[in-house]
Amino acid sequence: MTVTNLLPQSAGPTRRRRFEFLYFALRNKKLLVGLSFVVLMALFALIGPFFVQHSMLAYGPKFQPPSAAYYFGTNYFGADVFAEFVYGLRESLFVGLLGGCGATVIGMTLGFIAGYKGGLIDEALNVICNVLLTIPGLVLLILIGGFLQHTSALIEAALIAGTTWTWAMRAIRAQTFSLVSRDFVGLARLSGEKSRSIILREIAPNMSSYLFLVFILLFGGAILVAASFDFLGLGPPNGMSLGIMMEQASDWSALPLHLWWWFVPPGAAITCTVGGLYLANVGLDEVFNPKLRAL
Amino acid sequence: MRRYLARKFLIYVVTFWVAATIDWLLPRMVPGNPVQLLLSKISLQPGTYNATYKLYMETFGFNRPWWKQYLNFWDALVHGNLGISIYQFPKPVTHVIADYVLFTMALLIPAILLAYYAGNHVGAMAARRKVLDNTVLPIGYILTATAYPWLALLLAFLLAAGGIGHFFPVSGGYSYGLIPTWSWTFIWSLITHWVLPFLTLFLVAFGGWAIGMRNLIIYELESDYSHYLEALGAPSRLVRKYAYRNARLPQLTGLALQLGVLIGGAVVTEVTFGYPGLGYLILQAVGNEDYFLLQGIFLFIIVGVLVANFIIDIVYVLVDPRTRVGISGE
Repeated sequence: MTVTNLLPQSAGPTRRRRFEFLYFALRNKKLLVGLSFVVLMALFALIGPFFVQHSMLAYGPKFQPPSAAYYFGTNYFGADVFAEFVYGLRESLFVGLLGGCGATVIGMTLGFIAGYKGGLIDEALNVICNVLLTIPGLVLLILIGGFLQHTSALIEAALIAGTTWTWAMRAIRAQTFSLVSRDFVGLARLSGEKSRSIILREIAPNMSSYLFLVFILLFGGAILVAASFDFLGLGPPNGMSLGIMMEQASDWSALPLHLWWWFVPPGAAITCTVGGLYLANVGLDEVFNPKLRAL
Repeated sequence: MRRYLARKFLIYVVTFWVAATIDWLLPRMVPGNPVQLLLSKISLQPGTYNATYKLYMETFGFNRPWWKQYLNFWDALVHGNLGISIYQFPKPVTHVIADYVLFTMALLIPAILLAYYAGNHVGAMAARRKVLDNTVLPIGYILTATAYPWLALLLAFLLAAGGIGHFFPVSGGYSYGLIPTWSWTFIWSLITHWVLPFLTLFLVAFGGWAIGMRNLIIYELESDYSHYLEALGAPSRLVRKYAYRNARLPQLTGLALQLGVLIGGAVVTEVTFGYPGLGYLILQAVGNEDYFLLQGIFLFIIVGVLVANFIIDIVYVLVDPRTRVGISGE
């Protein structure tokens, strides 16, 4: 799960580098396996609704094990677990994606500013980051969630983004630091480019692959946090998500009744997606960074 | 070294101040206020609402100017007064917390330390060793990508609820029929109830450490000093030993960063198993809208994290000689 330093040593012609990227990407087993897990889950969420036979709110026979009529069986209330799973997966991926994007944007913005400006601004941002790093994110979320009356998927994503960006900011700040002292940044400064355009046009493109890796990790992390948040009953009250499915299964005696089909699919989907993302992250790291390619 | 620790300490003081201020601010930022919320939950005789509202506002001090409220809050905090719990009225919040905190510590401390130790060693062994790596890597990724509630439910289903057998109790901190005493039956009951929550926390964290260490060792083995040692003809055991020494520094920093995640995991795990620790209690506080208890637990957890961070800082100084002579500031 570590992202290693992979600043470009020398810039070759772009076309050759792109070709080289594809060459190694298609031969990297970790990337392919990880990506296929993620794509599988995304497809499930996208086209799954076409295969849903029973509405989520239609209550049929209770406690049915998986069968042709109910792919994933039915739960304590007689609701179709497959329908809940498909819509829950959508919600979970959506919250994860949004939370991951938000956290990446916050981490990038603050990381760039801190690394580029340095001095007092850097010091201040660092203190904020350290404070947030020390406060346990989920506990803070519980505290906020406990006081909030209504949560929605959007609020949930925003809360997750607001509490998980910290390590990304640190990492991006460190990378920016090492780029700022390079000659081409100095040249851009001399030629009178504005700070914003130096960051966006000189610094960011040189660590784009790194930023992408950071996003992947934040995306996976956001899915996990959202699952815990929902599991604790702090999610949107009328929504459905993988975490909410597990919460209901836990609350409504899925364990003593042996309704394993109620809580196994949602958790397995999370593990598949997040594990796939982490694996793809390592694969991509190897593709980008020749030093790490297997011997 | 003194500068390093002093700087860290300053950040901890700031963190505590920020956390306490968040704690104070949040109930005042909700639309309406906690008193309105509280009164909306109980049905009052018609006509008594205004009087009760006024009484509560005065009791909790919400009608004073904000800076006075803030100073009062700190005054109470310094005196160790976190208010009275509503959920377990009329116990003070500190006493309620004291009843639950031992369970959390008995769960968290062994899980964190053992997972860290085992994960690092297994990960270091797996690096660049084909057969072991091919098993450790997938298992590590699956474990670290697993949501705590799912692993907790799976373990409870398989080992406690009869999926495979009824080896352990499903929930609680000890059997309900027992009265806490220092008898063997009670201790045995404590242990059997402890195993599954511990295992949940241990396994997820173990996966993360193993993968992290594996990747770090590979990275270290590719660095110049390793190649130089190899070129000198040093045995690979020696090279790996030096690689491990370097790789454990980022892992130690990682431990400090992971504390929050681990505590979050403990909350979820305790809730799943109905294990009477602080995580279970904090959800009871949310469910019962016991804001004093909620705030108290939050502050208590923050203090715990800060203490743990400080211990890690000291260990870091012991492990990394550079911090002792002041070559690297952070």
